[in-house]
Amino acid sequence: MDLPLLWFAIIAFFWMGYLVLEGFDFGVGMLMRPLSKDDTDRRLVINTIGPVWDGNEVWLIVAGAATFAAFPEWYATMFSGFYLPLLAILAALIIRGVAFEYRGKINDDVWRARWDWAITIGSWVPAVLWGVAFANFVRGVRLDADHQMVSGFFELLSPFALLGGATTALLFALHGAIFISLKTDGQMRERAGRTAAALAGPTLVVAGGFAVWAHSAHAWTWAPVGVAAAALVGVVVATRARREGWAFTLSALTIAAVVVVIFGSLFPNVLPAINDPANSLTIANASSTDYTLTIMTWVAACLTPLILAYQGWTYWVFRKRLTTSAIPAHIGLPRKHPTKDPARS
Amino acid sequence: MEALDVARWQFGIVTVYHFIFVPLTIGLAPLVAVMQTIWTFTGKENWYRLTKFFGKLLLINFAIGVVTGIVQEFQFGMNWSEYSRFVGDVFGAPLAIEGLAAFFVESTFLGLWIFGWDRLPKKIHLACIWAVAVATNASAFFILAANSWMQHPVGAIFNEQTGRAEMVDFGAVLTNNTLVAAYTHTVASAMLVAGTFVAGVAGWLLVRAVRNSDTSLARTVYRPAALLGLVTIVIAGAGVVVSGDYQAKLMYEQQPMKMSSAEALCEGENGADFSLLTIGDLSNSCEGVQHILTLPGVTSYLGTGDFDGYLPGVEDLQTQYEEQYGEGVDYRPNLALTYWSFRLMIGFAAGSAALAVVGLWLLRRGRITDSRWFGRLCLVAIPMPFVAASFGWIFTETGRQPWVVAPNPTGVDLVWMLTADGLSTTVPVGEVLASLLTFTVLYTVLAVVWFTLMRRYAAIGVAPAASGPSSGAKPDDPGGTDGSAESESEPLSFAY
Repeated sequence: MDLPLLWFAIIAFFWMGYLVLEGFDFGVGMLMRPLSKDDTDRRLVINTIGPVWDGNEVWLIVAGAATFAAFPEWYATMFSGFYLPLLAILAALIIRGVAFEYRGKINDDVWRARWDWAITIGSWVPAVLWGVAFANFVRGVRLDADHQMVSGFFELLSPFALLGGATTALLFALHGAIFISLKTDGQMRERAGRTAAALAGPTLVVAGGFAVWAHSAHAWTWAPVGVAAAALVGVVVATRARREGWAFTLSALTIAAVVVVIFGSLFPNVLPAINDPANSLTIANASSTDYTLTIMTWVAACLTPLILAYQGWTYWVFRKRLTTSAIPAHIGLPRKHPTKDPARS
Repeated sequence: MEALDVARWQFGIVTVYHFIFVPLTIGLAPLVAVMQTIWTFTGKENWYRLTKFFGKLLLINFAIGVVTGIVQEFQFGMNWSEYSRFVGDVFGAPLAIEGLAAFFVESTFLGLWIFGWDRLPKKIHLACIWAVAVATNASAFFILAANSWMQHPVGAIFNEQTGRAEMVDFGAVLTNNTLVAAYTHTVASAMLVAGTFVAGVAGWLLVRAVRNSDTSLARTVYRPAALLGLVTIVIAGAGVVVSGDYQAKLMYEQQPMKMSSAEALCEGENGADFSLLTIGDLSNSCEGVQHILTLPGVTSYLGTGDFDGYLPGVEDLQTQYEEQYGEGVDYRPNLALTYWSFRLMIGFAAGSAALAVVGLWLLRRGRITDSRWFGRLCLVAIPMPFVAASFGWIFTETGRQPWVVAPNPTGVDLVWMLTADGLSTTVPVGEVLASLLTFTVLYTVLAVVWFTLMRRYAAIGVAPAASGPSSGAKPDDPGGTDGSAESESEPLSFAY
């Protein structure tokens, strides 16, 4: 068995898990402010992903670490080459993650408003930048003979890359809107459903354009492009008909198919060199030894089904729709410190 | 400014910062699990209130540990890409396994635990916090497996064709004796941090309750919690000492330069003393260094198990390394840093010991105390093991310099790397500086927020008894929910 090829597929699978799962987390964060009329609405929106967002983010950690372990050259070139975008993504993920946990800890409007901005910015920035990054992976970057990336920062912002950013931002916003409509009831469900229906058409156009442009020489990647397009058409229909379960399944399928298009277009490279194809990082020249990959294969084969099982179970436990009446009163402490500490008196 | 210096400062800052929160998570998760276990099996409501109280502090802390952890994984590739290329075949595997085996469990089951209070059957809910507790400790194991390999590479060979280290024996990487020692020491020190935290917070609240004439609260809630913390300190403290001693012996064999640097020992000697204080210029010039207030032979004992044992000096080792690994490199770490961080690590950890001795005495045989100075001691002791743990890492990481992968003196040849050679070659210094500034500013703000929240949520103490188990987990209900996927209208017991 060709282990590097297998690991290329496994890493694609981890990214698929990440973008499908945290995709709707990002969308929920992006739409929290526009969809909410008051603070209870915002809390309702945040709580739809409350129990799961952290577990969803681990898919990124695993995708990154698996790349490190299975393709050190790919990891080293990609992470040093995309330095500033990754720095922005890291900063965004930091403020966003902390915001979910700390927002309700102090019962104060100013406090909450600040964390709301952290959630908004922390969701938009990675939603756009992952698209920019993946578009650059597909299109290729300038690599020298030592596989070092020599593209400057502004070269990463080509029209194609920006279209990639728009694609992921729209896909995640749509995915998030559908998720909110699936997980809430009452007015929020209605508003999120309308938003999803409104986003579905433009997303089809932009994502369709991106997929056709991204699509490579391999004829077979037309298949996932077709799946993504068909699924998105299905999303348009399902959101109009307010069939939330179907809409969510299809938007998840769309994102998964886009990941297949991206990795399919990369194949057999992991990071193509546009200046000289001989400098490209490939599955073969970037990989770890078969010994390391064998161990990793056993570990992934044993653990991935378990992970899917217990994460799936989490979604099952928290499957009920939320309404504003399920959101309890604020439990945060008041803003000001008590003026006097009894223990010191 | 050199990119190497900026990148090293960045790594030091984000890593030491990350490890302020991590030991508390590693240690507090099992202690909260113990509290909830006692409540689950005895039904004693005081333990329910303690579980909720310390659980909230755990969550405030956990959040920062998680988000700063992502940076840890990314920065190897971002700032240290040549290191990543060299070690990825060995070093990447434990990181990836950490994610798959531990971090997924931690994050998923913590979400279940936070939001599952009214949805999961009691014992399944309890199992969730235990899953978190076990996974945080498993997490530490795999991360330390990677770090220990940098201290003492085993199970790998140098492949001349690919120019990198390649794994040949994963079992050796996972059973590295450096790992066994470092893991025990790290987990014991994490338990010391958490034990001191629980004892300190509960002890301070106990004094406050007694002074507010609420002795029943002090007796039934805070005293048991303080005792749990104090006993944890005693057990963890013993673990720290024994594992630290073992580590020193390994260090003497595996990284003699680090051991001698811990004492800033310039020339080799038999029966090297442990000095409490050193005056003179420690900036790697051995002239005029004066050790004063010494404990005879103790450093030799730490390294060799013999008070008269021979400890080589850093100057001797420098000569030896130049022969072995080439000239033109200063193989001595920053002696002022290694010397003082080693002492500060030990000194600050003693703060926990002081709390344990005083606390166990004052709370002996059912006693409680209104001693104001004990309350103050509790507050002063809380940060001490945190600081000790930070200095421990500063010692072990700066003591390895100038190596990023230290040579294994008895191992295979060429599996080593100088820190300077590990740096990314294509990242401009301005970008590294931008990331250093971004993280420093962001982390400073978050540290203030974290401290404010921890302080305020600790100061309010446990919730009043009225809000007790009535809002707790449901009695055993195998489905967890009522089976209907329709709208839920009763308020959640917990929501963000």
